[in-house]
Amino acid sequence: MAQKQKQNTPHFVTIKGTKEGLILHLDDKCSFDQLLSELEAKLIRTPADDTTSETQKLSVNVKVGKRYLSDNQKDILRKLVYQKKHLLVDEIDSEVITKEKADELLRETEITSVSRIIRSGQVLKVQGDLLLIGDVNPGGCVMATGNIFVMGALKGMAHAGHSGRKDAVVTASLMNPTMVRIADKYVQVDKDNPTIDIIGECAFFDEGSMSVKFDRIHILHQIRPSLNRL
Amino acid sequence: MGEAIVITSGKGGVGKTTTSANIGTSLALLGKRVCMIDTDIGLRNLDVVMGLENRIIYDLVDVAHGRCKLHQALIKDKRFECLYLLPAAQTKDKHDVEPEQMKKIVQELKQDYDYVIIDCPAGIEQGYKNAVAGADKSIVVTNPETSSVRDADRIIGLLEQEDIEPPKLIVNRVKAHMMENGDSLDVDEIVSILAIELIGVVVDDENVIRASNRGEPIALNPDTKASIAYRNIARRILGESVPLMSLQQDKGLLKKMKSFFGMR
Repeated sequence: MAQKQKQNTPHFVTIKGTKEGLILHLDDKCSFDQLLSELEAKLIRTPADDTTSETQKLSVNVKVGKRYLSDNQKDILRKLVYQKKHLLVDEIDSEVITKEKADELLRETEITSVSRIIRSGQVLKVQGDLLLIGDVNPGGCVMATGNIFVMGALKGMAHAGHSGRKDAVVTASLMNPTMVRIADKYVQVDKDNPTIDIIGECAFFDEGSMSVKFDRIHILHQIRPSLNRL
Repeated sequence: MGEAIVITSGKGGVGKTTTSANIGTSLALLGKRVCMIDTDIGLRNLDVVMGLENRIIYDLVDVAHGRCKLHQALIKDKRFECLYLLPAAQTKDKHDVEPEQMKKIVQELKQDYDYVIIDCPAGIEQGYKNAVAGADKSIVVTNPETSSVRDADRIIGLLEQEDIEPPKLIVNRVKAHMMENGDSLDVDEIVSILAIELIGVVVDDENVIRASNRGEPIALNPDTKASIAYRNIARRILGESVPLMSLQQDKGLLKKMKSFFGMR
């Protein structure tokens, strides 16, 4: 009798074991509260060996389908799963994101083109890539979270990947900067510092030497294939 | 309805006041009605360069605060009927005038004069903001040295944010022999960095200082190269197309003279 009833009620929570580990499938049509209560019930109803799972620290991936979870809800979910079964939630995988996040991602990959001279004391800051049609004069500064392409003379400062992207690059038709920064690394260009000579038209972060390097522009497609979006 | 031109540079000591005095004088020589305003409150010296120091009764701050009528504060030049000066206050502070008040004064002067030349103080603070407030056009003065060009670049950036025409450039104190040797920046180099229209090149000349000390703008004395340069700038302001005095020619003449005297 009890079994029959169980079959009639729809399952909002399904647990699957795969090669990659445990996956918790959470239905995306019911309410969040329904989900929580069933999760609570299910995790209790299948009492795994508490002691073993505690020592093993089993991790689980949660798939929530087309449900959007706020940070707060994610926290509640994590806590509940851990309290009940000592399962560590590895990743909460949702198929939807907020418009805000989507815009952010879009902006991150967009190229913003600006046509003007960046003069001494001026700072141009963009999200994503920057295409500057004009010069950066000494004392001027351009910053982007992505790459910086200057279709003119770069005589001031350029900071690519300023939110931490180390793969960002700086290119300029005429490369004569006072300083180039990529993420948190920088290279100062001193006339009487012979260790850095500016050759070519691009600057990038070199993983091998852990420093910013200048080189000819044609090597970029080898070291940064992601610049190709064809 | 005349137009107001602000003469600015960012850096101090590049020759803003001298340029203002000479452009004002040159325009007056060409028969225009000109009024010059000294906005360097606390450090005025346009009146000294013009030789009108002893005639000051009221000043810019008095006008701004309504302590006198605008025409009462204007000083007529000794040499021209149509050249006037509105002097700055010496005992006050730049914060005693607001941009709005400046705008009103310049607006009023533009009714009566063809050109209002505003001499801007050094720096980019209150004094600069006051000077630029009423201007329709701007002229940036720079010297052929890196620090001065850097400041000019900064000021051009600020001027571009204002609601005025793109600034014009004057390269002042050009030493031909230093440019030739590559010891100082080239005029072309300066123009390529600043990327604005060049309206005049003025050579470095001791006579300019001599004339300033006497209270007579050099533009009155047509024998010197600097004077011709200022007069040409005035003509360019009026819209004439006057070719730039080439420094090359200058060099040629000098060489000719040197060879004439048997010098190398």
